[in-house]
Amino acid sequence: MEINTEKDGGTVVATPTGRLDGSNAREFQDALDSVVQDTERALILDFEQVSYISSAGLRVLLVTAKTLQGNGAELALCSLDDPIREVFGISGFDSIIPIHSSRAEAIAAVQG
Amino acid sequence: MPYRILVVDDEPDLEPLMLQRMRRQIRAGRYEFVFAGNGVEALEKLAADDTIDMVLSDINMPQMDGLTLLEQIPDVNPNLRAVIISAYGDMQNIRTAMNRGAFDFVTKPVDFDDLQVTVDRTLKHIEEWRAALDSRDKLVALQNELDVASKMQQSILPTAFPRSGDYETFGTMHPALDVGGDFFDVVRLQEGWIGLAIADVSGKGVPAALFMMSSRTLLKGTAISYNDPGTVLSEVNGLLQEDETDGMFVTMLYAVYNPETGAFTYASGGHDAPLLVRADGSSELLSLTGGIALGVLPGFDYQQTTYHLEPGDTIVLYTDGVTEAMNHDNRLFGITGLQEYFAAAPPSDAESTGMRVMEAVASFAGDAPQSDDITCLTLRRS
Repeated sequence: MEINTEKDGGTVVATPTGRLDGSNAREFQDALDSVVQDTERALILDFEQVSYISSAGLRVLLVTAKTLQGNGAELALCSLDDPIREVFGISGFDSIIPIHSSRAEAIAAVQG
Repeated sequence: MPYRILVVDDEPDLEPLMLQRMRRQIRAGRYEFVFAGNGVEALEKLAADDTIDMVLSDINMPQMDGLTLLEQIPDVNPNLRAVIISAYGDMQNIRTAMNRGAFDFVTKPVDFDDLQVTVDRTLKHIEEWRAALDSRDKLVALQNELDVASKMQQSILPTAFPRSGDYETFGTMHPALDVGGDFFDVVRLQEGWIGLAIADVSGKGVPAALFMMSSRTLLKGTAISYNDPGTVLSEVNGLLQEDETDGMFVTMLYAVYNPETGAFTYASGGHDAPLLVRADGSSELLSLTGGIALGVLPGFDYQQTTYHLEPGDTIVLYTDGVTEAMNHDNRLFGITGLQEYFAAAPPSDAESTGMRVMEAVASFAGDAPQSDDITCLTLRRS
């Protein structure tokens, strides 16, 4: 899976695309693992181009959040469309991963 | 590793000639030669040495000829390939050799450039054949793993559902080919109360199936000790954290129903909200209780809420396999799909309601592939 990344100081913004489900969870995990290694302070996942996330995708985010936490860094999400935002609400994942409406807001929050 | 080639010929001159003409390949470490004087000797060498990759054999030899040898080779090693050396123009023997499974042939007097092309082509075929065997083995192993996981999943589902004059329950699951991680349970509690659970484990294969087994076992054990669904989920969540979960989690809705009063008390651990369907087919989603999926956050305190069922009310619990079923236009069935369905066909009893939800999802999806388990658990107050 190709994930476009931009680095701004210790913060990395990554933009996954398409569906994040059981069929590509492994690739998603591998792609994030390499991004995590580059992340000193915070990783922001911009969900602008994500169309769907299943529990397999959520699991990848959970593993990533825990790895980052172990490295003294954090994970945040931004730009989720309504159905995806709802998945985070129902599963309760919005209580462990901060969700911001825009990329600018997310960057301000993690750097603030 | 050089390829090992067994050369079978009764003419003693061939050995030094072969070694001389193929010396570059031998020195480069590409080929290694083993020699036998007839078919019997060849079979002995093949039986004693399983590192031989291919056989290059003459036809006319004492004791056992090349054509007989060809018939014997598959018994020793079905993945060996043989190339036959025949007299020029001996079409009859060449045809027989090919029919007996020879991969190719060269003619005498041997043109060593042509022989090398033939040998390389054979070895390439052997490589491809081995790669195909390897991926087939991996596929079989994967299939076995999925079978094991699927059997574990099926084995934990209840087959009998509590009912009385006051209420009925029913549960059913349509597993995805790929094995999702849904399960449900209905347990009898003290004082005629019943506990209902529906859950969806993240992940696939045997690790997810094991996680499912332990979630379900912990739930069953905890459910008989506490009457409060919120406490049950908090306990199960705590116990799940004690094992190495590798990021796996389970969304679970657990409810306790009191048939005397119609009180339906539930707590959600990151699971979809229950759908209440009334006798006239109108419906509403009950509120969520704000809990996170189990196995994620240690020490989380799960809240519960109560809804009072009227006679004729049906509670439909489901997994995202129902609401996220997709049709060919990539449209989701959604909770509205379910609500519209009930508006058109109000529920009659718990079993037919569950079965008809499955049918409604199936007819919506058509032959679009099913990517997740589809599970539905119903409770109806009579």
